Parts: sequence; C-alpha cells; structure tokens
Amino acid sequence: MPLMQLTSPHTKNNVSTQKMMLEVIGATLLGAGILTYHFGWGILINVLWASLVALGCEALVLKIRRKPISFYLRDGSALVTALLLALAIPPTAPWWLTLVGTAFAIIIAKQLYGGLGYNPFNPAMAGYALLLISYPVEMTSWLPPRSIAEHTQAHSLQGALQLFWSGAISTQTGLKTVDAFTSATTLDTLKTARTLSLTLEEATAQNPVLGSLSGWMVAPGWFWSNLAFLTGGLYLLKRKHITWHIPLSFLSALTVTASIAYYFKPTLGSPIFHLFSGATMLCAFFIATDPVSAATSQQGKLIYGTGIGLLTYIIRTFGGYPDAVAFAVLLLNLAAPTIDYYTQPRSYGHKKAKKGLHSL
Amino acid sequence: MNHQATFTKRNSQQQLPGGIHPPERKTLSNVAKLRQAPIPNQLVLPLNQHLGSVAKPIVTVGQKVLKGQQIAAAQGRISANVHASTSGTVLDIGLYAIAHPSNLPTTCIIIQSDGQDKAIDYNPIADPFNQTPETLRTAIETAGIIGLGGAGFPSAHKTNTQAHKPVHTLLLNAVECEPYITADDISLRERNREIITGCQLLCRASGATSIKIGIEDNKPEAIAALEHSLTQEILHYPVELTVVPTQYPSGGEKQLIQLLTGLEVPAKGLPTDLGLLCHNVGTAYAVYRAIELGEPLITRVTTLTGEALPAQARGNYEVRIGTPIKDLLTTLQTHWQNLNRLIMGGPMMGFTLQNLNVPVVKTTNCLIAATQTELPTSEPEQTCIRCGHCAEVCPASLLPQQLYWHTKAENHQALVQHNLFDCIECGACAYVCPSHIPLVQYYRFAKGEIRQHQAETTKSNRARQRFEARTARIEQAKAQREAQRAAHRKKVSDQRPSAKAQTSIETINDPEALKNAFLKAQKTWLDAQKALEYSQKNSPADTSKLEVKIEKLKTKAEQAKTQWEQAKGSN
Amino acid sequence: MIETSITASLIAIAILVALTVILGGLLGFASIRFKVDEDPIVDQINAILPQTQCGQCGHPGCRPYAEAIANGEAINHCPPGGQQTINELADLLNCEPLPLDAEHGVESELPKVAVIREAECIGCTKCIQACPVDAILGAAKQMHTVIADECTGCDLCVEPCPVDCIDMVSVNKTLQTWQWNKPCGATQNTEHLIAVRNL
Repeated sequence: MPLMQLTSPHTKNNVSTQKMMLEVIGATLLGAGILTYHFGWGILINVLWASLVALGCEALVLKIRRKPISFYLRDGSALVTALLLALAIPPTAPWWLTLVGTAFAIIIAKQLYGGLGYNPFNPAMAGYALLLISYPVEMTSWLPPRSIAEHTQAHSLQGALQLFWSGAISTQTGLKTVDAFTSATTLDTLKTARTLSLTLEEATAQNPVLGSLSGWMVAPGWFWSNLAFLTGGLYLLKRKHITWHIPLSFLSALTVTASIAYYFKPTLGSPIFHLFSGATMLCAFFIATDPVSAATSQQGKLIYGTGIGLLTYIIRTFGGYPDAVAFAVLLLNLAAPTIDYYTQPRSYGHKKAKKGLHSL
Repeated sequence: MNHQATFTKRNSQQQLPGGIHPPERKTLSNVAKLRQAPIPNQLVLPLNQHLGSVAKPIVTVGQKVLKGQQIAAAQGRISANVHASTSGTVLDIGLYAIAHPSNLPTTCIIIQSDGQDKAIDYNPIADPFNQTPETLRTAIETAGIIGLGGAGFPSAHKTNTQAHKPVHTLLLNAVECEPYITADDISLRERNREIITGCQLLCRASGATSIKIGIEDNKPEAIAALEHSLTQEILHYPVELTVVPTQYPSGGEKQLIQLLTGLEVPAKGLPTDLGLLCHNVGTAYAVYRAIELGEPLITRVTTLTGEALPAQARGNYEVRIGTPIKDLLTTLQTHWQNLNRLIMGGPMMGFTLQNLNVPVVKTTNCLIAATQTELPTSEPEQTCIRCGHCAEVCPASLLPQQLYWHTKAENHQALVQHNLFDCIECGACAYVCPSHIPLVQYYRFAKGEIRQHQAETTKSNRARQRFEARTARIEQAKAQREAQRAAHRKKVSDQRPSAKAQTSIETINDPEALKNAFLKAQKTWLDAQKALEYSQKNSPADTSKLEVKIEKLKTKAEQAKTQWEQAKGSN
Repeated sequence: MIETSITASLIAIAILVALTVILGGLLGFASIRFKVDEDPIVDQINAILPQTQCGQCGHPGCRPYAEAIANGEAINHCPPGGQQTINELADLLNCEPLPLDAEHGVESELPKVAVIREAECIGCTKCIQACPVDAILGAAKQMHTVIADECTGCDLCVEPCPVDCIDMVSVNKTLQTWQWNKPCGATQNTEHLIAVRNL
C-alpha cells in the first residue's frame, strides 16, 4: 500500500483541458456543417487539412523542444486552433494557403512563445491576420452560398478537391480558375458599395448574395452559419466552459455602435446585418473567449469584449479589410494583461481592490 | 434568564462568492450510531497537538498514570496541557512520528495501558452559569481544550477576550462542509443538549451575549434535533439557528462569519475585531465535559470512513486521544490491499499519512481510508490555460491563476500584492482546475518561501546591527585608549618644558626663546584639544579630566604668549 | 521687408527663450518636487548581502564587501548568500549573474550554527573576540556558549579555538520551519530546456 505525501485536495471534478477542448470542437460542428452545406466541400477539406498540419507542426516543435509529444498533443488545443482558422479561410483556398496559415499559427504564434498557455495572441487569429495581409485576394474569394448560386462545380467534392490541389477546376470549356466561381461576401459587398457611393438598392441589384433576407440584408449562408455558431456558443455557456462576460459585452458593443450608426447612415449596415455576417458569432463564442489570450478577471472580460466589439465595428466600417474580428481580437490580446492589472477584484477582508501596475 | 431561540433558513441566493459542490459522500458514515473505539494497548501522546509552544512533560519514564491525569504542562501564553487518556505506565518520552504532512518526528509520551482504565477524581464546577468567566476559562485551560475543528488553537486563550477585544456574539460552527466528515453531524444528533450547554458555557466564559449557530441544510436530522432541544432547554442567551445552503467551503471560519453576519473579517485581522468568536461543535462538547463533569480532553469523536473500510465498520467513533491509527484500522478490519490513500481530515483540506504508527490527536476529526477508484491518483499537471475557473470558485475572491504564475516566477512582492496570505487553502481552485495543477501546494510553497525569506531578512538585519554595534564599540575603545595615551604624553611633556620655561623666563629675557616656548605650549594645547574632540566624537566616555587638563594647557599657552609679548615690548 | 523679418525672427527668439525658461523651470521644479529618495547604492547592496560577516569574500564584514562591489568588485564572492544573493545583486546592478566563485568557498545546503562542546571549553575568550556579531557569551576562565539565534554560521570562531571544541552543526528542519516543496510543474525538466544564446 503506498503511503505517500500527496497534496490536498484529494478529490477533483472530472473536467480536464482535453475534455474542454473536445467540447469546444463539438460545439463548432453544427456551424461547420452549415458552412459546408452552403459553401461546399471546400470548408470540410480545409478543416481536415488544417488539423493535419496543426498536429504535424505541433509534434515537430515539441520534438525539437524535447517535450513529451503525445502528452501535449492529447490536450487538443492544436486541433481547436486549426479548426477556428480553417473555418475562417475561404472554401476555395489552395492547400498552401491553409498550410502557411496553420503552420504560422502553431509554430510562431503558439509554440515559439512557449506553447499552450503562454501565447499572448490568439494563434488562429494571428494565422488569419497573416494570411489576410499577405494573400488578400485568395482570402476574400468566397463562393456564393448554394441557395443563390444553384449548384456550382466548386461546391462539389470533386471540384473542391481540384481547387484545393491546383486552384482551378477543369471543365468542358477548359480550366476555370477560382475567380470564375467566387463572389463577394456580404461584408465585402457593403464595403464596395460604400466605396462606390452606391445606394443599398443598387448594391443589392448588383449582387444576388444580398437581399435574400430582404430588409436585413443578410445572406442566408452567413445568417444560418452564424446562428449555428450562436447555438454552439450557448451550449458552451451552459456547460460553463466559457462565461457570459465576453460574448455579451462583445455583441452588445457591436449592436449598440451599429444601431447608432445605422440610425444616422443606413448604408453602414443594420445591427442585425453586423451580428449575422462574417465571423461575428464565431468570434463572440469561440475566438474572443480563448482563455489564454483574453483578459481573466470578470470586469476585465467585460472591458475586453466591449473593446473587441467597438474595434470590430470601426475596422469593418473604416478599415481597408472587409471583416475585422481578427484585428480587433489581436489588438485586445495586447491590452489583456494591462486590463487584468486594473480590474483585480476586491478580496475578502479588504476594503477595496488593489489595482494597477505597481504589483508587477 | 430564559431566552428564546430563533430559526432562519437561507436560500441559495444568499451564498458565498465562489464555492463548489463536491460529491458529499457523507452517507458512508452518517448512518451508524456513535460507537466507542477500543482502548489501545499503547498510547502515543504528542506534546504539540495544538498551535503554539510545545507542552513540557511533567511525568517520568516508568511512572504510573491514571486516566485524566495531566502528563504535560502548557508552556507560555499559547499552549495546552496534555492528559493521559487511559491508566497505565509511562513507557518512554522521546521522538516519535506524528500526523503531519512533513512526517517529521516530535516529542511524544508513550503510555502502556494497564487495561483498567482507572480515572482520577474529576472536579466538576457546580452551578457554572453563576461562576465568573475566569473560573470557567481556567477550567477550560486545565482540561487542555483546543479548537477541535482542525486548527487546534488553545480554546482558553481564544475565549479570553480580555486579551483581545470584547465580543458580543459567539458563533457555533456546525456547518461541516467538507465531504465525508460527519463527526459534528452525529454528535449533534446524539448530544445536542450537551453541545448547547457547552456553547452557552463558552458564551459565559468569553463574555458574549448571544449565540448564532450555522448548519448546512444537508443534515436534516441534526437540524431537527437541535431545534427540538433549543425549544425544550432553558436558554441563558438568545440563540439564532441558521440553516445555510450546502456549499463548500461555507464552514471556513471567515466564510461562516460572512454567511451569518454579512461581515468580513478584516485582512490580517481576527473575528474578535468584529466582536465575534467562532467555536466548533466538538469544542463546545469538550467544554461541557470539562466544566460539568470535570473531565479533561482525552477523547474525541472521529469519523472513520472510506471504501477501504468494511461497510459496517464505517461511522463515527469516540476515540481516545493518542490511539495509534494502525490499531484503529486493524480493529475495524480494514481491507489493506484496497487502501490507496489514507487521509487525516477531509478530502479537500486533509493531508495524507505516510506512517501508520502515528496517533489520533485532538484535531483529528476524520480518517479516510480511500481506494483508488474512490479518490483516484491525480493526473499529471498540465500547463495553465488561464480559463479562470479557479477565480470563479475562490471564496476569498482572489485571482488563483495570477498567484500561480507569480509563484512559478517566485515574485514575492507580486504575491503579497495579490493577497496570497488571504488564501485559506480550501482547495476549491485545484478542485476545478482542468489542467490538474496542484494549486494549493503552489500557494503553500509560496507562503513558506515568503515567511522564510522574511525570517532571513529579520535575522540578517539583526546580525548587521550587532556587527555594527560591535564595530562601533571596538572603535570607541580604541579611540578612548588613543585619547588617554595622548593626554598622558601631554602631561609628561608639559611638566618638563614648563619647568624649563619658568627658569628660562626668570633667567633669560630673550624674546626668541620666549616665542619658541609659547609656540610649543600652544601646540601642546591644540593637540590635546584635537584628542578631546576625537574622543568626544567617537565615545560618550568620561572626558571631564581631559577637559580640565586642556584648560590648564590653555592658560599656560596664554601665559607664555603674554611673557613673549612683554619681552618683545621691553626690548 | 528686412525690418519685418527681423521683427519676426526676434519674436521667434523671444518665444523660444520664453519656452526654454518655462520648460526649464518646470523640469527643475519637477526634479525637486518629485525627487525619488533612494538609498545609496552601497546600502542597497548591503541589504542584499546575508550579513553573516564571515569574511569569506576577503573583506572584514558585509558592508566593506558592499562598498567593494560598488567600486566594481565581482558580485560572486559570497558563499553564504549563494546563487540567490548573486542573482539579486545582478538584478540590482543590472549585470550578468555569474556562478559562485569557488575560490571563496561553496554554498552549504543547510544553514549552520556554531556549538561549543561546553565540557571541553577552557574559557580563553578567543572565540568571543572572533565572533563578528557578539553571539558568544562567556568570560575569562568561564565556560562559553553560543546564542544559537544570533549565530550567523560564519565559521570565524572555529579557527581561534585552542582546544577545537567548536562544531558547526547543520540546522535541521523542524515542524515550525518545514515547508511544502514547489510542485515540479507540467512535465518541466530543466535538462530538456534548450539554451538560448545571445547571437
């Protein structure tokens, strides 16, 4: 019988990092499925390819760092990073695009900082930002949702594989490159419309993607996938893997700013439009809530979420890129430690909280 | 003198910040009635079962002792007496292993039982509610009673509110929030009248004027028993019984105070700062026995539980203090092959035993003989993912995660800034940590490091002061010797030239010679003056003689000057 | 034309001068008003040194060594302080934390105190004179004893004793001084760390 010195507590609830990560992956599945339904097999191919690359990169770095490989791979964090990044990459993306993004996310943004728990930036968003800045054309080449574009070759498994492998599809009329299939996303269209000073009606007429849910101006593919991510997020909330602070403050900040702007200038897009397009819900429940790079105190989480919401709206509206969650999240990642130092809670028996940087 | 009891029930909204709900597993031990544990063959009685100074043995090896006889006396202000828990012979006084996470040995008295269990004559206190608080406190002190909830602070000192601040309310802690433990539950069911009496005696002894009892809602039988006797008994003080929702760690002293009064014990402060005093059910019962029966603290109720014990053996036992745990487990027919982890205390805050020969002590409220499936070996530690679950469950509203990072970095200043010393080591953070980080051990390590560092700083400061004092003393002695030597030299040289000068002044009236004599006298005087200043600066020693001498030298120099000037004028 | 340009440049100069005076005044005021009172560097170094006064560094006591460090002596000459003291000094002085110089002695695992075997003591007072912190009590021809709480374990009393009756004894952990170990961390193994060198 072993009689050894073990530290208290001697009992433990059955939550583990691995289980948490797996549940996060599970919660995104519905959204991933809807995206696949609307945008074709390319989404699924991206997810699988990114997962493979992520696991490979992680194993490679762990080997170089002489860390136990299976022990760290089992925590599932590399898979989550790969999944979140892959869901943000267009379905038409060639293999090397996903490879570059995922490898950067895992090797540079995560492992070079010390691996899980030590990375100051959200690795998936760091990878996404790198891709968006370096390959803006490839990164904005989304397919039109299936419901509008009928069934194009690019949506099929075969077409998606061809695009993935060579960036083009061979048809009877010859090779067709990505451009032949893609259309602008809703956020893209809005931005173009604003740049060209078109009215909403004109913009809608030019792009069949918009207007299908008329009045709200939300394309169905985006609307339903955002709704699915919202559902997945609510599941995570119920399972207490995330807290309500970041999603609520992020969504409220985005809604409030969008509503004010919409009231004065309707071409900037309705609040509903902003809530259900791009990566809003994915960000609210899966990306901004990444605990490693987010603020940790409750008050801090509220500030952090609000900051992301405001920046997302500002960058979407005034910035050069159509979607903005990646930049907003990365900027607030930078601010997270400082936010934490100024939002320490009041401890038991103390009259007021000790706040500020003097504790460093 | 007949007061009423009031009953309140808190709903789940009125809870602590944070807290967890681990599986209670109290049914393992709260079904059976309270039983008597057998008298062991040998008793091991450690002399430091309490907080404070180690007690001093007052018996010798070979001496016969009776049950209840005092065998070690309290030393200093915070300490407690030790008594023999059965009759027999003192076998040895020496270093033996005791139940402590360090597994270090300490001084124990070993008593070989004679099997007769013959007690000394006890002296109960008659009509205790009309006695002075001092009388009651003395009785509590003599009986060697310490806090039986786990901390082991000597009760008499705690109750002596003249030593601290006056208290108005006595809190009886019947919460028992740790899983597995049912000692207070069973005691309350079977001995509620005695406990209420003991509680009122503590109230009398401490000068408090009201009693508040806190109990968790997972003990309906104990609550019913308490309510029954509170309505039947004659109460000397108003009693308020509050049923609080089951939540760990609501039984922590600070947490109970927050639950029952809404107040918070100030950081680095004591409950007495709020006029409150908190005692445990077991302590109240021991006080009852000490005052009403005159019996010192020689037994306590201990929960013996865990799945490595046969089902019928699990339960609460009245155990003699000093019973070796091996004997206890053997009589209960423990399944040794299934035993994986032996814990003294609860599963949240208890510690593992590394030696079976250690005894049950005054603070042993529970022993868990757990199997591997029951309390599995913890999984390997992973890196912190900053999920913040720990901060959500922390009852003290600390940031456990920041404490963890700062502990890893050994950043003592930041740890103190993040209120490390307000951590009550309840283990809620480690319970929820998905990365299996032994957070409590990190905090204990950090606390130990900081305390050690502070002790080292204090010691090195003292060493520096002593070194500086010594250096100054040596310098001073040197300076004094130097000054004395200088004065002596002057004295000798002074007498000679002055004698010469006097003759020369009378005989020759040469201004040149007189000038030289003056210059010499002046130099002597100034040298002596310098020596005086030096010794004054470096030592406060007696320099009056030197001053007188200098005065003389000065006059002489002035005389020489006048003579020289006269001679100059006359020529 | 020339006049106006001269006026303009004069105005410019006047403004610059005024600015200089105002800003200079502000800076001067700030340097006095917000002056940071800091201990002289020797005191700060001395506060880090362990104050054993053992002289292993080659100086008669810790303060002289602190002064020597302030004047540029190496920071790794203090065995009682060990690596921790060296690291703290390196931190304070912003220099490289060197390993302990073995020439001056080795760091001992446990703290030590001197103990006089009292039966053998002849009362020569030599150890009393050697003790830098007055931690030995006694008088001529009387038995001496060490005040354990005040002893810094400096070793200086061992040598002068003519009958070799002073032992240096390790202070063992007691229940009061025992503390929990630092957990080993997540599969952390220092020998598996890759050294990062300055390129």
